[in-house]
Amino acid sequence: MAASLSFLARRAWVNLRNDVLVLPSRTVALAWAAAVLLLPVLSDDAYLLRIVAMTCVFAIYAASWDLLAGYAGQVSFGHALFFGAGAYSSALASLELGMPPWLGILLGGAVASAAGALVGYLCLRLRGSYLSLATLAFPLIALGILFAFPERSGGELGLSGVRSIFASRTANYYLIAITMLALVYALWAIADSRFGLLLHAIRDDEVAARASGIDTPRYKLAAFAISASAAGIAGALYAHFMRGAGPSTLDVGLSFQAVIWGIFGGVATIYGPVVAVFVLYPLTEWLGSFTAFGEMRLLIFALIVLVVLLFMPRGLTPWVRDRIETPCPRCKERSAAWRATCRICGVALRAAARVPAAAPPPRALTGPGTPRASSRLP
Amino acid sequence: MLQDIFITGLVNGGVYALLATGFSLIFGVARIVNVAHSAFYMLAAYCLYTLLTYTGMGMGFAALASVAAVTALSLACYRLFIEPVRQHESAVLIATIALGLIFQELMLRTFGGHYLGIPNALEGVVTFLGVSIPYQRLLILAIAAASLATVWFVLHRTRLGLAIRATANDLEVANLMGMDVRTVAMATMAISVALAAVAGVSVAPVFVVDPFMWLAPLVTVLAVVVLGGLGSLKGSLVGALIIGYVEAITVFLLPQGAFLKGAVALSIMVAVLLARPEGLYGVAFEEER
Repeated sequence: MAASLSFLARRAWVNLRNDVLVLPSRTVALAWAAAVLLLPVLSDDAYLLRIVAMTCVFAIYAASWDLLAGYAGQVSFGHALFFGAGAYSSALASLELGMPPWLGILLGGAVASAAGALVGYLCLRLRGSYLSLATLAFPLIALGILFAFPERSGGELGLSGVRSIFASRTANYYLIAITMLALVYALWAIADSRFGLLLHAIRDDEVAARASGIDTPRYKLAAFAISASAAGIAGALYAHFMRGAGPSTLDVGLSFQAVIWGIFGGVATIYGPVVAVFVLYPLTEWLGSFTAFGEMRLLIFALIVLVVLLFMPRGLTPWVRDRIETPCPRCKERSAAWRATCRICGVALRAAARVPAAAPPPRALTGPGTPRASSRLP
Repeated sequence: MLQDIFITGLVNGGVYALLATGFSLIFGVARIVNVAHSAFYMLAAYCLYTLLTYTGMGMGFAALASVAAVTALSLACYRLFIEPVRQHESAVLIATIALGLIFQELMLRTFGGHYLGIPNALEGVVTFLGVSIPYQRLLILAIAAASLATVWFVLHRTRLGLAIRATANDLEVANLMGMDVRTVAMATMAISVALAAVAGVSVAPVFVVDPFMWLAPLVTVLAVVVLGGLGSLKGSLVGALIIGYVEAITVFLLPQGAFLKGAVALSIMVAVLLARPEGLYGVAFEEER
């Protein structure tokens, strides 16, 4: 018994050392998950727990946007519809039907998923910018309908008095944090699966994907429904955590937040938007706590995004990842940037990495006066 | 009632056409979805307010100065924030969102969140078909028509217009034929923002000026452009009139119409897209896979 336990422990340690600690990005991800879970043990500050819980809710929301926009290429400008559908449906279920919160959260996810399938169905034939601009319309249509029936929806004031999930603050925090970790992991696993690969193919070339026998409408609908259900669960968690749901959950601003978080963190990564939320949301809240900055919060937020983008146009996480990890020229596996040789196949990393930098590709076609002109079209 | 709908729809449609044409132009030439487009419209209204209140300039001169100042500002923003990230479409998108937010917050800081009023350029009303129309609304209509005619002239009768249309049609070939696509993009940006600024200064006396006045037209303009077809000027004009009239009809005829006007207009857009995914006059970008 003791021998088998120590064997299991040793094997877990070997796995941890060989699969997680070898790569800085995986180490950081593990440390981050541990920190999120250990936070209530380390600190009892109600304000801090509240901010991190909200960060977790928005992390789910941003990651769900990335599955739809980053992987499937359906860049949605109306993602707040799914968040708002989850928030309003679970709040209404709680207020009107007295539904228990856990069921309400699942209902929020289901309603949002249905909304996602509907939007996806309506937008099946749209592409690129048309799709983005058309999806922008849906949360506003929903908002108009809500305002037209103020006695059910609460109008501009929204709904309030929704039951909170648990009585204790720590229990609420743990529910949100664990849901966030589970959903982000699930989204990442989906994006990394065969399904994610097919979405990738659809994003890169829909006609070619279709010609290769992929049922693209079905996969696009599935991407809409899955992404929307995650966003809906985030919205339902928000409604129960804030004990209410208002028109701000369907706001254009919230839709744009998803786009900003996603692109700031790095698209088509799932972890990128999560990192962006964990960096930007507490940062703006912290800045907002200073009275001098309080009213300029949005201004500072926009300035940070603008300046960071000038230096890291592909987003934060790809930039950082390129600094701390190097892909192997032969086996394409990544190694820590300070290693001299690839951790898998032992090829020298440094010398190989310097070759493309020393010989820039020739740029003759466009002439000297028009730098990179040919790469301007998307 | 009918006459009210007719006039309101026409005037709002004219304003939307000014905004949508500019938005569509810069999208067509540079593939930039400029979310900050209507923020420039807001800036022009504020600029006019400042010039009228603090310098005592005449209305016409102040309006021209506002348009020029906002256009210059947009070119500076384009060079500083948009051009460096032009290769990354998504970065351009959130750069323009961030710019819009920055302008909104700056105006909120400087002027506060309350509504500001600007006196009409022309006082008085004219009675036409039994409905009284303020001169200011007629002026908006005249300005919109004149600006759109000017844009049409520039696009179809000048060398610059030829270059703009060629670049919109095929950027790489235009570049190979010796057109400086960078200058063309800058010129298009200037024309596009100048149109937005003209719209801003002409509606400022009729609407109220506040830092959030750019959000409602932004959504409407996106609807107009998608409805008419991205990159098509004729589409923008027709789409603007459709949306302007749909909004006017909703407001005047439906109960709770003021809340529903956006929803109805956007539903029309979705309905058109279901039938014609590339909008009314849009070209399907089939080759741009």
